[in-house]
Amino acid sequence: MQRDIEIAELRRLTQYIDDNFDYDFKNYAMSSFTRRVRRVIELYKFTSVEALIKKFKNDPSFFQEFVSEITVNVTEMFRDPTFWSSLRDEIIPDVIKEHRKISIWHAGCSSGEEVISMCILLKELDCLENATIVATDIDQSIINKAKKASFSAKNMELNKQNYERYGGKNDFLSYFVEDEGFFYIKPELIERVSFRVQDLVKGNPFSKFDLILCRNVMIYFNQTLQNEVLKKLHGSLFKYGNLAIGSKESLIWCDIANKFVVVNNEEKIYKKIKD
Amino acid sequence: MKSSFFHNKYKGIVIGGSAGSFKPITKLLADLPKDFPIPIFLCLHRLKHVRHGFIEALSIKSSKPILEPLDKEIVRPGMVYLAPANYHLCIELGNTMSLSTEGLVNNSRPAIDLTFKSAAYVYKEKLIGILFSGANKDGALGMKAIKDKGGVTIIQDPEESMMNTMPLSAKQVTEIDFCLEAEKITNFLLDLYKAYQK
Repeated sequence: MQRDIEIAELRRLTQYIDDNFDYDFKNYAMSSFTRRVRRVIELYKFTSVEALIKKFKNDPSFFQEFVSEITVNVTEMFRDPTFWSSLRDEIIPDVIKEHRKISIWHAGCSSGEEVISMCILLKELDCLENATIVATDIDQSIINKAKKASFSAKNMELNKQNYERYGGKNDFLSYFVEDEGFFYIKPELIERVSFRVQDLVKGNPFSKFDLILCRNVMIYFNQTLQNEVLKKLHGSLFKYGNLAIGSKESLIWCDIANKFVVVNNEEKIYKKIKD
Repeated sequence: MKSSFFHNKYKGIVIGGSAGSFKPITKLLADLPKDFPIPIFLCLHRLKHVRHGFIEALSIKSSKPILEPLDKEIVRPGMVYLAPANYHLCIELGNTMSLSTEGLVNNSRPAIDLTFKSAAYVYKEKLIGILFSGANKDGALGMKAIKDKGGVTIIQDPEESMMNTMPLSAKQVTEIDFCLEAEKITNFLLDLYKAYQK
């Protein structure tokens, strides 16, 4: 499809999805969402947005595939190494000191690289046993992938470099078992993680946490949706709980920004100070 | 030069570059007046794991403040925005910028094509696209998008470019309004600046 996708076409698509499936993409950020839709159209060789809608009508099961393709699943272990070292050196020890345990939610966990980073970090702090971890994503197939926790040798190179930049002292690969070019995380490391499908847009708060990681997720939402999702994240945090967003995201334009204080501006870690 | 290009209706300037572009772009930023009014969006290929230093290096000689925008940051006149390491930078309707961690495009993140295409969509004929030296084809389709929407396309003269693949690729896929040496590109923007003074 050569021509641009019109805003009206996108509206018809998101309206159809909202009417027929329990998903709401109406407030996703325009340019990235348009690119993702175009990508699906090209990948499956549809001729137009209308043809895509027709496919949903004829084959509703295609919708899950669409969700998988529309969501962005680019992630790394220990992405932004200094973020992880500040969790290790400041944020997590403070929570453990105060409560002796910690509950963590990875909101939008994708294929689980950050969950694994967290488990390794907690293991090295000797407090993995004190942690409850929930990892959620909108996409069932990526949750399955995260549970499987296998990584190609090619990706492991970057993950290992990040781990070293983070100041990891162990042999990184010792946390994995290698089998035919793939690296599997040792099961005992992630046995405390509960992986679930959950949509930040339609889903409601389901528990309270000491720490929520929602990094590079809200960048795919427009300001209206960012506001709504932030309210849910706020509602899912204990008072004085911590929220980490991507290093180039900000809460300053959100309605309830004043219910948080900045803990680390460089790494974009905030603390909830008001209910 | 064609005088029809010199008016004061431009909303944005997008600048892309890769290998060999750092020096001419630093020079360009140094030569622009502090109150140059059109927002500039820089998308330069850079090392993904070096979050710091690049903007400082670019800023040393620049008379203008250079910022790595945050997601959904509002575009302000007279600012220079630099695509952050490991993020794509896009211009959105409603005068804001957005960032994305989508996969590499042309083996790059930030990708020049994404910045240019999104800016072309938003600013249409009120956009100037400038592509400097570089060793791959990123930016070529972005320049085409700018031209297709009626914007102005400028490449650094391939003869002068340290790596000419990038400007040449743009030339192959779309009409280029101006093929200029780096210094002349600066002069073009200075002439434009005068149009804004009137």
